[in-house]
Formats: sequence, structure tokens, C-alpha cells
Amino acid sequence: MTDLTALTIAEAREKLRAKEISAVELTDSYIAAIDAANGALNAYVALTPEKAREMAKASDAKYATGNAGALEGIPLGIKDLFGTMDVHTQAASHILDGFKPKYESTVTQNLWDDGAVMLGKLNMDEFAMGSSNETSYYGPTKNPWRAKDSNVDLVPGGSSGGSAAAVAAHICAGATATDTGGSIRQPAAFTGTVGIKPTYGRCSRWGVAAFASSLDQAGPITRDVRDAAIMLKSMASVDAKDTTSVDLPVPDYEAALGGSVKGMKIGIPAEYRMDGMDPEIVALWEQGIAWLKDAGAEIVDISLPNTKYALPAYYIVAPAEASSNLARYDGVKYGLRVPGKDITDMYEQTRAAGFGAEVKRRIMIGTYVLSAGYYDAYYLKAQKVRTLIKRDFENVFADGVDAILTPATPSAAFGIGDQDMKADPVKMYLNDVFTVTVNMAGLPGIAVPAGLSSTGLPLGLQLIGKPFDEETLFKTAGVIEQAAGKFTADKWW
Amino acid sequence: MNALVDTRTTDAKRLIPGATGDWELIIGLEVHAQVTSQSKLFSGSSTQFGAEPNANVSLVDAAMPGMLPVINQECVAQAVRTGLGLKAKINKKSVFDRKNYFYPDLPQGYQISQFQQPIVGEGTVHISVGPDKKGNFEEVEVGIERLHLEQDAGKSMHDQHPTMSYVDLNRSGVALMEIVSKPDMRSSDEAKAYVTKLRQIVRYLGTCDGNMDEGSMRADVNVSVRRPGEGFGTRCEIKNVNSIRFMGQAIEYEARRQIAILEDGGSIDQETRLFDPVKGETRSMRSKEEAHDYRYFPDPDLLPLEFDDAYIEALKADLPELPDEKRLRFLESGLSAYDANVLISEKAIADYFEKVAEGREAKQAANWVINDLLGALNKAGQGIEETPVTPQQLGTILDLIKEGTISGKIAKELFEIVFNEGGDPAKIVEERGMKQVTDTGAIEAAVDEIIAANPEKVEQVKEKPALAGWFVGQVMKSTGGKANPQAVQQLVKSKLGVE
Repeated sequence: MTDLTALTIAEAREKLRAKEISAVELTDSYIAAIDAANGALNAYVALTPEKAREMAKASDAKYATGNAGALEGIPLGIKDLFGTMDVHTQAASHILDGFKPKYESTVTQNLWDDGAVMLGKLNMDEFAMGSSNETSYYGPTKNPWRAKDSNVDLVPGGSSGGSAAAVAAHICAGATATDTGGSIRQPAAFTGTVGIKPTYGRCSRWGVAAFASSLDQAGPITRDVRDAAIMLKSMASVDAKDTTSVDLPVPDYEAALGGSVKGMKIGIPAEYRMDGMDPEIVALWEQGIAWLKDAGAEIVDISLPNTKYALPAYYIVAPAEASSNLARYDGVKYGLRVPGKDITDMYEQTRAAGFGAEVKRRIMIGTYVLSAGYYDAYYLKAQKVRTLIKRDFENVFADGVDAILTPATPSAAFGIGDQDMKADPVKMYLNDVFTVTVNMAGLPGIAVPAGLSSTGLPLGLQLIGKPFDEETLFKTAGVIEQAAGKFTADKWW
Repeated sequence: MNALVDTRTTDAKRLIPGATGDWELIIGLEVHAQVTSQSKLFSGSSTQFGAEPNANVSLVDAAMPGMLPVINQECVAQAVRTGLGLKAKINKKSVFDRKNYFYPDLPQGYQISQFQQPIVGEGTVHISVGPDKKGNFEEVEVGIERLHLEQDAGKSMHDQHPTMSYVDLNRSGVALMEIVSKPDMRSSDEAKAYVTKLRQIVRYLGTCDGNMDEGSMRADVNVSVRRPGEGFGTRCEIKNVNSIRFMGQAIEYEARRQIAILEDGGSIDQETRLFDPVKGETRSMRSKEEAHDYRYFPDPDLLPLEFDDAYIEALKADLPELPDEKRLRFLESGLSAYDANVLISEKAIADYFEKVAEGREAKQAANWVINDLLGALNKAGQGIEETPVTPQQLGTILDLIKEGTISGKIAKELFEIVFNEGGDPAKIVEERGMKQVTDTGAIEAAVDEIIAANPEKVEQVKEKPALAGWFVGQVMKSTGGKANPQAVQQLVKSKLGVE
């Protein structure tokens, strides 16, 4: 038997439709692969093999009766941030100990409705706060990629590190992820996978534990652009339960693939060329520009003048919202409770024990910037910056630019326990420097693998699109993918 | 928030005499009125009062991870209606904010409220204070600062377990309107009249049931005192006062407390206080230093609330007549201020009165509704909703008087029968022989009989014509009250030869 886990979603879909393979076979292959890999990678924090087989069986029945959905029988991993009925949902945090919701998030429900199969819940930075997956209560996920001739364990990026690692290691066909400041695109870039953060409002946030409500958006991480298009089509929907979701038809994203980029205007923002930038990243960017030029796109230099304020403003807005969103984890209703001598003591004990250091840091920052006397100087100002960042993009798009090409990350994956980043959290925050602007402006952004570093690690490029123009991103990313090829990690686990 | 403005002229009659001179009392109120709606402000849970603990709790109310609020449009409409009833500015764009604090009965760790951009802005409430010793009412205008929508919290229960507290989330997320007055009231009577009027308005509108004993309406009372002519003093806020009577007591107590401190050379600490109805006093709950920093910010889960003029106009067109307008109409129909005030006090009473008065004489209808019906209901400890006498029955009684079928005196008896036993008044009159005797022959015979039996009285009448009334009374008595009083009077006078 060939290794079914090597199939992309699109390939598996064809074989399932042709009844060359069964959903149960496919699922069993993944369960076996997970068993072999998860001990080393720590990508899954909870496994649901029985549920997976049950769902796969139902999918086979659907194929038999000709009622198969768009993702029928496709085994997926689900980021632990998504509420999944009666299944471990803890946002990789100690504070949600034992929490199994009595509801299913809209995004995952959409996937199940289309026939997808759930393999389990994927590791992540605690409450999606982190860029390395090291803030997880369950310990870091390891990147399936290692540098050439090296045994050093690398981070898969974050916060959707488990999702990216699982996709790269072929222990799920595709994964759900979320992106608040780069949490889909950075791990995708670190693992040679494709990740798209759709336009804010494209996917419902209902049932997904909130980090920063005005920035959070769900999206897929997959092995290639086509799979991302397939998955996003199923994940996206308007939702009466999330009034920030948008009532626009969900296009057939797959149909956009293979289209020509001839005559398209691709903007290259001057402000993303930063001092001291890794020459390899600069070279990758130049390569991307060359590929698109070769494909007939017009390359235009653009300016997004407020870019430099995006990261600092993001690290005010996101923690502010988080400090409020995480107030509900108080030991009163569900999850962890550490008894105290009175209610205040119980709160303090519970939250001290339940949250990790990074989450606490952000709650502290968020509480500070919202405090009386500081609100105007920090939060209000950050919101104004946000408006300016949004306007920067609007101006560029109004000038006829169809998409913007930037690097996805300032570097390749770094080592687990990197001392520099441990000593200075701001260094870790700089991982988001190319991605946060997109969340601040509510735009769609896709990370697509574009090559390997000199040490053999994957590097990604980012395309930023107009609101609800994910189709252009898929089309353009497809061109880069075509030129760059796909990248698979050598199995060491 | 707007700066506080003094809209009133100091009036000596309202000043409180202290040991060292007069003091003026300043009161502003924040009234929390529960919106009448089937479901909560941001979830589909029922708002029904009195359900089993935690029976009306959705995933949103319990603040499960990833749950999101969705605005209940009916609550928005109710807030706009109330704003219109307060003659207030309706803000076509308003914003929901999060008010952050930890409390076990606040599952989200924040209350969704409106801070800088409320749904309703400035408005006015007219109150009528009195009557004073001369029976006069004083009209006072109280400014409304704003009205905003917010979520109610749940309830902590500390008496259910020896070491633990229980939480009931049935109220968690129920829609409240916080109606903030300007500091325009100068006595506890004015404050009481204001809350009474506010309750009357929301009840007329059907936007809040106004039941203070069920907690549907409660007030935070801001009280300060000052020397006449000076600027506003430091205020204390008395939290969660849940009856109009308690509010009056709390204000009186708080005024005396503050005056005593100031007269002793002390100063008032700005603080939050609680009223203890058992002891009749207020006591400190938390000082300004202990006050929460609520870290308000716009709720990112909710888009700004926006609507257009057409929406407001449509709600305006459907508004019922409000108490002030009804009162004016009643005054124009010839009722006294007293009667009008009593009749409009509750919409159900006004509705009852209007049914009785339709096609009949307003003043007479008002008298019967106020003196007889409300009197009897009051005695029976019943409200207008429980009245055993329908407006149709009372109307029939009035008609029987007008036709001359029964006398006024008999009508009172008839009313009592209908009140206690029910039945068609016309039939009762028929069956029980209560009809007024208008047959002059029969009345004449009765008059003659009384005159013949009382020769000495006949003599006295010649000296004192007013004694004719005694004869009338005797005739009425002898006819069991059924004789037409006018006919009796006429006959008595002519037979006795008095004018």
C-alpha cells in the first residue's frame, strides 16, 4: 500500500471519489502516522481516533450513496483554540483544565458538514499568544524541519505551531489555525506549508476562544495552495452568531487557481525593506518579484508609510482586548480552580497557576494600557494608528495595486529555547513584523513557501490582498508555488 | 460626560436648617430599569422572573470560551421608545463598551454597557411635587443626562451552603436601561416624585414593568449638600435602593449625616454607600480610593449600533399617549388637577376611567372611579387589574343615575352589590326593587304622612325653613331611599309653604 498520508487534500479527494481508497483507510493511515510521530513532534495535545474512524465510516457511506461533501473523508487536525463538542478544548492552557465544550465552533461545524474527519486537537501557543509554540502548557511542538546536518530542534513558529508542524509532517491532511498577528502565516513559513489568514469577517469567530477579538481570524494551513483554497471554501461563512462576520457569498477559491497574473499590479512596499534585514530574506523577496514579473505581472514600488507603527500599536491593541477576553477564566464556572481563603484569593491563585508567563505578561500590558489615565495615550492612540495603517493600504489599492508581496518572516525557524528571545520578549514579538499590519487592517494575507535557506530551512513569502479578494491571493500564490516548487521535510522522527 | 450644571434657583422653603445655618440638598439619580423583552440583551435566553436558579442561562450568558454577543433588536427598540418618552435626543449611532471587573456573578469578567456613546442623550421629565398644605402642586423639570443599555449581572447567594456561595445566572445578561438624571432634585420628595414619574412613563410605554420589589427598577442615589449659593459639594452614591420609600429615607438620612459632618468642621469623602432599610441608615461600602478602574473600551465583538431616522419615526408613530399628554387632556375635559393626577398615576386606571367616561360626564365618572372604585379596591387590598367591577358595569350604574332610575344613594348600594357579588346592574335594580319612585302620587302620600305625624316640626319649619331638609330625609327613609330626591324636596317645600 502506498503511503496515503503523502496525498494532498485534492489528491485524496480524487482517490476517494474514484473509490480507489476509502475514508477509513485514509484515516487509519493518519492515525498510524500520528502514533509514530507525535511522541517526537508533540503536535497533537489530544487525539480522537475513535471519533475519526466513526466519521470516516460515515464518509464512506456518503461516498457509497453519492452524497459526499466537499471535504468528505478528509482527515484534519484542529487547533486547540476551536471549541469541539465533548472534545478537549483548552487553548493549550492549564486554566481550561478538563474543559470539553457542549458546542461546536462554526468553523469546525462547517468542516464536519462538508464531511471532514477530526483526528484530534493541535498544540499551539497558550491562548494563541506566542510565535514559537513554546508558551503551550503542553510543551513546545517541534518543527519537522531541521537544518542541514543538525540535530537541533527548531520551533514550528506560532501560535498555530501544532497545525503547521502536523501538516508539514503529514500527520493530518490539513489543519485549522487562527491568526491574530501572524499566527497562521509565520508557522506556515517556518514549516514550508501554505497558510492563509482570510479577511476579517470571512470566517465566523463563534466558538473559537478569543485572544484579540478585533484581530482574530481563522484560516487553514495546508501542504499547497490548492488545499488551502479547498479548506477555506468550507471554513468560511457568514454567521448570525458572530455579528462581525460578513454576509458575502463564499467564492469557489479553487477556480481561481491557474489563472494568469498577466497585467496584475503587484506592490512592493519600501517600508518592509528593513535595516539589518537577513540577506537571504532579501534574496527570497527578489526571487518572488522576479517570478511574478516573469509571469507577466507589473511590479510597482509602493509606500505604506505607517508600517513602522504597526507592531507597537498591535502590542497595545491585542493585549488590551486579551486582558478583557481572558477575564472569564476565573475558576468560577469551568476549568481550573485553585481554592483560596476568599473569592479574591481564589481568583489570584487560580489565575496565577492557570496562566503561563507570556499570557500573564500580555494581561498585564493590556490592563495597563486600558487603565484610567493611560487609555488615551496608549489604546486610543493605537486605534488611531490602526486607522492610518488601514488607510495606507486603501490608498495603495485605490491606485490600482492588486496585491502586495512581502517576506512572511524576518528569518527561518529558530531553535527551541532560543536564549536571545527568552531574554527579550520584544525579539520574539519582532517575528510578526511583516504580518501584523494585515491583521490591523483586517486584510487577507497568505504565506507561501518560496525556497530554502542556505541551511536548508523553508522560507516563505507573503501576499496581501484587498478585502475579500482571497481569490487573487490564491491565484498569485499559485504562481509562486509553481515557480518555487513544494518542500517536504526529511523524516527524522 | 457633560459638566454638572445647576439648573435650579435656590428656594428658601426647601432648605434644611442646620445648627450653623441652612443647607441645600442636591440629588441626582441613576435608575436601572429592566427592559421588558422576551429574551436577554445579547442572548436568546428567557428573561422570565422567578424561574429555577440557572434555568435561563445560555452558553453566552455563562461566558463559555468563544461565545459572542448578538444584540437583541427588541431591546434596542425599547430603549429608543423610552428615550422618546423622556423627550430625549436619540443617538443614531451608539457604541457598546466593556466595563471590566471581577465578580462571581459576572461570568464574562466584564459587563457590556455603553460608556461614551449612549443610545439616548439629554431629555426632560416633568414632575409634580405636592400637594402642599394649601393643596397646591409644584411643577419641577428634571433633566435627563442620558440613557444607555447594559447587561444585568447574575446573583450571588451566600445562604445556601456553610462554606460556599452559589451563583444564579438567570439575570445575567438581562437588558437594563440606565437612566441618568442631572443633579436637578433638591428634596427627597422631588426624588420620590421623579422615580414615580419615571416608573409611570416606562409603564405607559411598556418598556419596563417598573416592579421595584422584583428588582425590575432600582436606583443609585447621588446625594450632596451645600450652603445656598455655593457650588456643588462632594457627593456620596447610595447603591441599589429598591423602593421609593427607602429612597426617601436614605436621602433624608444621608443629608443629615453629611450636614452633621460638615457642621462639625469635617469634610465629606466621596464614596459608595449602602442603605440598610432595617436600621434606616447608610453605611460606607467603598471609598473613592477603592473604586474600581473599569478599563472601559469599545467591545470588539459588537459593531457600533446604528439606525436611521425612519426607524425612530416608525417607533414614534406607534408610541402610546404619555402621562403628561393624558393629564393635559383630562384637565381640558374639566377634571381637577387632583383628579387628573390620580387617574393618570397608572395607565390601567386611566384606561378604566376613559372607558367609563366615554359618552358620560367626565367629572362624575372621575368621582366614581376615584372615590368608589379605587376606594373599594384599596380597602380590599386589590389593584386596578383585579377590579371585580368592569368599566361597563360602572358605566351602567352611572347611566341608571342619569336616567333617574336610581338615586345617588341607591347607586352606592348598587355599586357595593356589583363589587361584591357581580352581575348586571340594571338587572339587579330590577330584581331587588331598587328603582327610584318618581310616581308623585306615592311620594305625595308619603310626604303627607310625615307632615301629619309631626305637627310640632311643621310649626318649627315656619321659624326655620332649613328644617325642611329633615322632612325630606324622613320621606326618603320611609320610601327606602327609592323616592326621587328632587321630587320629594319639591313636594315637601310646597306643602310646608317654604321657598
